[in-house]
Amino acid sequence: MPYLYNTPADQTEMLATIGAGSLDELFDSVPQDLQLARSLDLPSAMSEMELEQHLHRLANKNQHAGQLVCFLGGGSYDHFVPAVVDAIGSRSEFYTSYTPYQAEASQGNLQVVFEYQSLITRLTGMEVSNASMYDGGSATAEAVLMAISTTGGRSAKKRQPNVVLPHSLHPEYRATIVTYLENLDVQVRFLETPQGIIDREHLANVLDDQTAAVVLQHPNFFGCLEDAEEITRITHDAGALLISVFDPISLGLLTRPGDYGANIAVAEGQGLGTPMTYGGPYLGIMACDKKLVRRMPGRIAGQTVDRRGNPCFVLTLQTREQHIRRAKATSNVCTNQGLFALRATVYLAQLGPQGLRETATLCLQKAHYASQQLCRHPRFSRAFDHPTFKEFVIRDAENRVDELLQAATNHGYLAGIPLAPWFPELSDCFLVAVTEKRTQDEIDRWVGELTRCGAKVHI
Amino acid sequence: MKNTRDTQLLFELSRPGCRATRLPACDVPELPLCELLPTASMASTPPNLPELSEPQIVRHFVNLSTQNMSVDTHFYPLGSCTMKYNPKRNERIAGLPGLAELHPYQPESTLQGMLQILYELQEILQEISGLAVCSLQPAAGAHGELTALLVASAYFRNLGQKRPIVLVPDNAHGTNPASASMAGFQSVTLKTTSDGFVDMDELATKLNDQVAVLMITNPSTLGLFEPHIRQIADQVHAVGALVYLDGANMNAILGVARPGDFGADMQHFNPHKTFSGPHGGGGPGAGPICVTKELAPFLPAPIVVPCDRQEPCDHQETDEKGSGPTYRLDWDRPKSIGRVRAFFGNVGVLVRTYAYIRTHGPDGLRRVSENAVLNANYLLSRIKKILPVVQDDRCMHEFVATAAQLKAEKNISAMDIAKRLLDYGFHAPTVYFPLTVPEAIMIEPTESESKQTLDDFTDALFRIIEEDPQLLHGAPHTTSISRPNEVQAARQQILSHPEA
Repeated sequence: MPYLYNTPADQTEMLATIGAGSLDELFDSVPQDLQLARSLDLPSAMSEMELEQHLHRLANKNQHAGQLVCFLGGGSYDHFVPAVVDAIGSRSEFYTSYTPYQAEASQGNLQVVFEYQSLITRLTGMEVSNASMYDGGSATAEAVLMAISTTGGRSAKKRQPNVVLPHSLHPEYRATIVTYLENLDVQVRFLETPQGIIDREHLANVLDDQTAAVVLQHPNFFGCLEDAEEITRITHDAGALLISVFDPISLGLLTRPGDYGANIAVAEGQGLGTPMTYGGPYLGIMACDKKLVRRMPGRIAGQTVDRRGNPCFVLTLQTREQHIRRAKATSNVCTNQGLFALRATVYLAQLGPQGLRETATLCLQKAHYASQQLCRHPRFSRAFDHPTFKEFVIRDAENRVDELLQAATNHGYLAGIPLAPWFPELSDCFLVAVTEKRTQDEIDRWVGELTRCGAKVHI
Repeated sequence: MKNTRDTQLLFELSRPGCRATRLPACDVPELPLCELLPTASMASTPPNLPELSEPQIVRHFVNLSTQNMSVDTHFYPLGSCTMKYNPKRNERIAGLPGLAELHPYQPESTLQGMLQILYELQEILQEISGLAVCSLQPAAGAHGELTALLVASAYFRNLGQKRPIVLVPDNAHGTNPASASMAGFQSVTLKTTSDGFVDMDELATKLNDQVAVLMITNPSTLGLFEPHIRQIADQVHAVGALVYLDGANMNAILGVARPGDFGADMQHFNPHKTFSGPHGGGGPGAGPICVTKELAPFLPAPIVVPCDRQEPCDHQETDEKGSGPTYRLDWDRPKSIGRVRAFFGNVGVLVRTYAYIRTHGPDGLRRVSENAVLNANYLLSRIKKILPVVQDDRCMHEFVATAAQLKAEKNISAMDIAKRLLDYGFHAPTVYFPLTVPEAIMIEPTESESKQTLDDFTDALFRIIEEDPQLLHGAPHTTSISRPNEVQAARQQILSHPEA
């Protein structure tokens, strides 16, 4: 067996020390009738070479973003990953270590977490960051739970709290929140966004004194910029918390959640140096107001001194967490995404202020160019008339989105995400993302491909 | 070699004007930012990030890495965490562009290899668990617990039953009661016997038609196989409730016993433990769950299914043989609890899981458990001569020793021993868990350690308990820091580097 040390001679010697006659005897405490009397029905073992050949074959059955030109977004993006991120992320002292509970054996990890938290607070303008969550979707759901526990029962009569989820929030985040709230006494108020952004009056009308939080994605799922400041003001006027779902790359250019007054800021951090890997593992980012820190889920590193007075780092405020508080913990989250917090830390260090700003600017300029070029063709128009960052929604006047995107796939383009599965009213629309990696040539060819697909239909 | 110079923070290394990244010039016609973005949305300055050079960044993080103990550098017998060797081949495979550079919303026709891996993994985990249907969506063990409890609650809702209670033994992982609370249940603690088993009388008292689920860890956190597990499951089922198996300790029973066969209705796996994850310094994990046929309709969507040949799943594309795609995502699950996260799951972890299991095959997986149990029992048989062990005879993959007597006699605590072990070049075992054992020291060697390492570890323990207690109170002595002041950390709450 590949990863076992013990030779048969070792085993015999060890069994003798134990006082057992055989390996099977070690399982005597498992009642005989519960022991599996056969081998597991699994494919047989593979050598390393066979395994690699097998996985190569399977990988080759996929078409990846290095082969198809990727214009897909919706929360996962084809951003560039600098080699430094892979090099550091491949250090096995990082990736084969455990959660840094033993501070003396984990100062490397702990300092990275502290630096990560510091970078996230600077990036977001928030006061406190935790060490990470699973992903953007579950981080948003946890933020909602946190808001409910903070604001719950703030009026004299304890009534059912509610949360407001606009349609411009990622539909899978919305779905995740709804799942998390299913058994809790919380009302979910959906806010339709037919114009592609939140309507301020409409928002004001659904808020009341039992609203725990409004979840604002900005730039939103459709790529549109929301009026974050105004929505925050309306939310705060109603006494609710504002949960901001942001795109970390966008903060190279856009105002920070902390600047427009968000109380909790969450994000999918995949864009910060993590490959797309068919949806995970990613990085859930969560930051909040300092006064909310004791309700925050997840691990947090803090600075302190050791017994000799040397500055050092530890996991702190653990009395919030499941291994101490059990049923009363702020969350059940235990394992988080340490390795991707590391990658994000290296990524942000590598990009620096100018690099992040330029990356964001390239996304913005290229997305704008792509949208403009495509919309010169009469078949295509922008579904929403609002400023966007790196994503936008295109309406197909011929309402044949599936056909169009499939044809583009066949010709080498992941051309966009159809919106029909989530938004029946937008079945003639698709979502396009343009990152800094897309060249003018790729964009022009993508436009050519989509418009040619359109033209073919008429022949 | 360890760099003994102080490791400054990134922010202290920052020098204005320093840059590590140069981006390509913009190759599309540029418009002024103010024409593209409303002024109010624009930040007035670039983000306040440190300004560094690439060599500096690399040295900084490489030096930080050397401040960690890790499986690749040290014996890491952290009980309950299964810190086994993390195969390099799995890392290389998971990095293949054909697996790593896939967007979650690509058309299924472009994902057939990935869907095959995920489909086969579902089947494999079902076989290992003895349960009918698998969902790969949850992101970690605790997330799997939450997901399964939400599945259970949807199941009872569908039956028109209101069952507010989840029973959790007192030696369970903290995630169990925390997950129960999050899923909207009331968590009720079940006292265990001094051996760490479920107290059958206590169970009988607390079991009634208000109970939805019993969460049980088997083998338990004490490293023991619950002798009455079948009986327990039968009694739980008799009141119409369900059994949830916390799969944290699956490393003990691969191919030996299956949760579905001993009465579990649902379970999670911790692939980052049992199937060599790796742990990543605190994630990522994954938390696939398997459930019975009855519970399957409530699992999160989607699940990977083979295409029905009569009705090809992906209408458009056919592969080179003209046979059409073989696998598709099944979204049509009307009773599903919905999503517990965005996108399919922690696929990168699942690919490594698949590679690990395919490397071992059925017999190899059993060898894994046999050797994990052999190593644990060998260590137990040696350590019990130094420290009392809760059940001092046999264990499964881990065992719990106690320093209670040492504490009383010589004022040497579990923490002292744990810290001193670092000086001897061993990562500390888990201490003070489970909470039911005073001065608990929970040791899990895993199968990937040698007899020699286990002997060395035992020798170190022997020496430590004979050392001057004062020396131990100050341990570790050889690490870069020692005994951080945790009270001060919690009081001062310095959680980020102050902005200049």
